[in-house]
Amino acid sequence: MAVKVIIPTPLRPYAGKQDSVELQAATVGEALAALTSRFAELKKHLYSDDGRLRSFVNVYVNDEDIRYLQKDATKLREGDTVSIVPSIAGGARN
Amino acid sequence: MASNTKISNSPAPDKGKAPVTLSKEEILRYSRHLIMPEVGMEGQLKLKQAKVLCIGTGGLGAPLGLYLAAAGVGRIGLVDFDSVDLTNLQRQILFDTSDVGRPKIEAAADRLRKMNPDIQIDTFETRLTSDNALDILKDYDIVVDGTDNFPTRYLVNDACVILGKPNVYGSIFRFEGQITIFGYPSGPCYRCLYPEPPPPGLVPSCAEGGVLGVLPGIVGSIQAAETLKLIIGKGDSLVGRLLLFDALAMRFRELKLRKNPECPVCGEHPSITKLIDYAEFCGVRGEEAPGPQVNVPEITPRELKARLDRGDDREPHEFQICNLGGHLIPLGDLSRRAHELDSSREIVAHCRSGKRSAEAVQFLRSAGFRKVLNLKGGILAWSDEVDPSVPKY
Repeated sequence: MAVKVIIPTPLRPYAGKQDSVELQAATVGEALAALTSRFAELKKHLYSDDGRLRSFVNVYVNDEDIRYLQKDATKLREGDTVSIVPSIAGGARN
Repeated sequence: MASNTKISNSPAPDKGKAPVTLSKEEILRYSRHLIMPEVGMEGQLKLKQAKVLCIGTGGLGAPLGLYLAAAGVGRIGLVDFDSVDLTNLQRQILFDTSDVGRPKIEAAADRLRKMNPDIQIDTFETRLTSDNALDILKDYDIVVDGTDNFPTRYLVNDACVILGKPNVYGSIFRFEGQITIFGYPSGPCYRCLYPEPPPPGLVPSCAEGGVLGVLPGIVGSIQAAETLKLIIGKGDSLVGRLLLFDALAMRFRELKLRKNPECPVCGEHPSITKLIDYAEFCGVRGEEAPGPQVNVPEITPRELKARLDRGDDREPHEFQICNLGGHLIPLGDLSRRAHELDSSREIVAHCRSGKRSAEAVQFLRSAGFRKVLNLKGGILAWSDEVDPSVPKY
């Protein structure tokens, strides 16, 4: 399946400065594997040392959180949008 | 209340038991609200009786405070401990040049009282902490989070869940914003979305990453709109929805947020029932706290003054702000471009503050460069100690 992965601003420096990447994948796990094999530096930002998706990074297929679907095994359909949404803290200093 | 908390309340205009009404002048002031059925007299009286706490009076707090005050929110609390500095003025529109050096809370309160003398402004000149948060938050109906660091965000979240108060959340980075409402009964909280903060050093702060000046204006205004809607009880709120805004693409997207039944704070069996040590929880990462320290050989700006072979690992757009005449290689490109450097010569790496160049020195040393030193304190220290004509940023 051809899917689009949206890269959030804080991770763009590790993804060739692109805001989105088109790739072929049948599941969310495959899409993220394809992404991190293309951009090796992204890996440590997405996964902890034990290989689990970091808890300050959420992944969505279209508008649904994969934690409430089948996580990495969530199937993708042609044209789906996979969004990586990390926590950001900016605002005022307090 | 913590002893370092300063509180000053201006007298409330309507403290009596009489039913709340609008004066003739207030009716004129709020006439553009009153003629809309969604607000009307009923909504405007709700606004007048509402109590909203704004945590942070910076980029997000500025449009938020201004619009809440203009809309006639009867009581607005402001929490901040910082002073206005020149780098704030690019986006913090509550302040003007003459406010530089003043406590933000004082300048903000002055501005809001000028904007609307009929409302009450409470000021808390303090850092929000586990010791004072519940005390400060308890008197307000709605809390609006406009802070810039993870420990305070988790603190505000947990305090709102414990007190059962909605938390109108906004955060920004460079060109991107996230907005939602946490802490609403039956709705998700911040920990449902992100159970843990990033480890120190992995995600750059605004001070490191920059922010488009108007971005907090847009995000803070959306927080204001959500706050006003919660007060008047109209429309569809952002509870259960995460709004993402990308100013560069000029695109809004919306994601579903779910309440996590296993959430440690708002789940079915909460393990966190009182406020904790948030600095410890977040790995002691204050806004400006340094990331992991890299110990590498250093040279001070004064020592460097006599030497001239320099490496610069900043980004090209930073090089345009100021440079010491060195060779620019962004840190991310260093592994590919190390061959441009002559390992037989002495190299001094520098960046803005000396942090990224320390990583560059560590990398180059591991790659076999023996004569590499880090400029201690970076361009900031160079400007302070050697050449004040070099601009700081």
